[in-house]
Amino acid sequence: MISILLIVFIISLLYFSIANRLMTYVKILALQGILLFGVAFIELIEINVINLIFILFETIVVKAVAIPLFMRYIIKKNKITREAQPYVPYFVSLILVTMIIVATFLIANYIRDTHLNKIYFIAALSALFSGLYFITTRRKIITHVICYVMIENGVFILSLAVGHNMPVLVNLGILLDVFVSVFLLGIFVNKVGDVIDEGDVTQLSKIKD
Amino acid sequence: MILFYLAGSVFFASALIINRNMIANKVLVIGFLLLQIGYTGFIFMFQNVTEATYFTPDALAILMIATLTIIAIPTLLHRYDYVYKEQDTPSNKGLYYGAMVIFVMALTAGFLASHIAVTWIFVEITTLSASVLIFHRRNAGSIEATWKYIFVSSISLVLVFIGILLLSLSMGDQYQAGMQYDTLTRLAPTLNPFWLKLAFIFIFTGYTAKLGLIPMYTAGIDAKDKAPTPAAALFSSVLMNLGFVGIFRLYVIIAHSSILAWVNTIILITAFLSIFVATVYMMKVRNIKRMLAYSSIEHMGIVMIGIGIGGLGYYAAILQLILHSFVKSSLFLQVGHLYKTFKSKEIFAMGNYFKYNAPGAVFLLLAFIGIAAIPPSGLFVSEFYLIIALIKAHALIILIPLLLLLTIIIWAFGKNMFKILFVPPMNVDAQCMEKVNPYETLSHYLLLALVVYLGFFPPTTFVALIQTTIHSLSF
Repeated sequence: MISILLIVFIISLLYFSIANRLMTYVKILALQGILLFGVAFIELIEINVINLIFILFETIVVKAVAIPLFMRYIIKKNKITREAQPYVPYFVSLILVTMIIVATFLIANYIRDTHLNKIYFIAALSALFSGLYFITTRRKIITHVICYVMIENGVFILSLAVGHNMPVLVNLGILLDVFVSVFLLGIFVNKVGDVIDEGDVTQLSKIKD
Repeated sequence: MILFYLAGSVFFASALIINRNMIANKVLVIGFLLLQIGYTGFIFMFQNVTEATYFTPDALAILMIATLTIIAIPTLLHRYDYVYKEQDTPSNKGLYYGAMVIFVMALTAGFLASHIAVTWIFVEITTLSASVLIFHRRNAGSIEATWKYIFVSSISLVLVFIGILLLSLSMGDQYQAGMQYDTLTRLAPTLNPFWLKLAFIFIFTGYTAKLGLIPMYTAGIDAKDKAPTPAAALFSSVLMNLGFVGIFRLYVIIAHSSILAWVNTIILITAFLSIFVATVYMMKVRNIKRMLAYSSIEHMGIVMIGIGIGGLGYYAAILQLILHSFVKSSLFLQVGHLYKTFKSKEIFAMGNYFKYNAPGAVFLLLAFIGIAAIPPSGLFVSEFYLIIALIKAHALIILIPLLLLLTIIIWAFGKNMFKILFVPPMNVDAQCMEKVNPYETLSHYLLLALVVYLGFFPPTTFVALIQTTIHSLSF
């Protein structure tokens, strides 16, 4: 069951690479939140109940509902154009993300460690590297935040892989989430929208030597 | 006591943010400084006593916190119009001081943390409070700098977190032992080298955002440029020390494992490339704050070369780190006066500083001697030790290019400094210049005097603390 959820998660990365509307991105984030809820529920069912409830609450409420709704609010409020406007064609993105997934697959097969569940490792690393790739190829500030949340999702999966050993680390990952969603998004994107219209990163390149 | 300190700092910070009264503001800031000084004294007396499970004042923490406290006093006490005058509303002022207090608190706790994840949490809190400080002027430039700083720092912190997860994988079946630094050091020979290497790469890359090496140094430069000068003084000294402590604590673990040589190579390459990048930018930079920020990158590169080369290099590195903090913070504080006088950060708009502010100009001349590591600067001692360490390690391939790059940096730095001091400025209206209170320069001189004192006449406690720190690498 976990494998199915994680494979859907990896497929969502491929869909992300060809989607061209911001709202689609936000919906993919919500979907990933629900998938992570499923994975966390099955994986961590044995740990301490209060801890489990906290983690599940975080995935379903923060990742699947609050962050996507907040993104939608920001997009509406700042009247950001619906198109994602990447620097590279969607086809190239698709090929590159596929290559990233294949590469992580090969790396995971190369590592032999009984403590590591391969599929978690593949999903986490693919999300990390695709997220970094999307950040460099998308033009809007809001897509950077979306991709950051996606990297977060990848890290959350990695923390689940070691999670039944160390629930503390999973909680810390969640701390990182809350940090991003409250601070980075809440205060800042609104302020950027007030000063810079269209939320385009090309306008954020005035400081230089 | 640590819990009392943390609670007290949070109380002072929130009171500063809520408060609108000027006198109450001063009282609260002084109250916090007394708390900070008191706590520094407390950890001096109770060394190596673990408090609240996660905080141990070991030798390195005490050195760093003492440095932080000394620098925090002038940065917090300088008159508020040191920070830009046009923003002088009570709420902004409260927010500024509140963020400063939280920042100093997070640094203190980050130095003390004895658990790898606790260090990480406090580094994250420094990012939060630092971004409030960078955002202080609320114009397009500061928004851009804040955005970049938050974004790069967040990505770096994610990398550190991945590193911590990989480190926990390297522990294999011993995960119940927990991830205290002591435990990890004890377990170091049994850690899986493959995961340990990966963990080192991720954690090192992540902390370079704070330490200011390649690849993540960029955001820090913008931050130091756009933050108010007292905040920038903290960013370019003690915040970099926190990045160093984060890396050094991991390095202590690695020093007990089998991958030390591999890690040293990586550290040397990164450090050398950072110095190279700093040299290139120092030659073309036109903004004085950015020039000082690049100079910090160069010094951190020197520090990490000391760590990478080992032996006497360890001593040189820690001495260099502490002395650099004092010189660089005093220089940044002086830039506040320069900005007040010339209303610009561009070097071509400054000049003839002797005519407009003699105490500041003399300070700038002495500080140039200090930062360029020309005797009697204390940095001369640490760089001298470093060069001896490099010669002893037969690392001429690093030493010769390093000396060349340092010479170029001194030339670039000196060219700009002497331009500010002696060459007449372009289009400057002497009528609308603000007079700087000469007594405000006193703190800068004191910080600089401390550099000479610690470099040439180091007190025995100071030397003993550094040696204890280095001792932890081998036993």
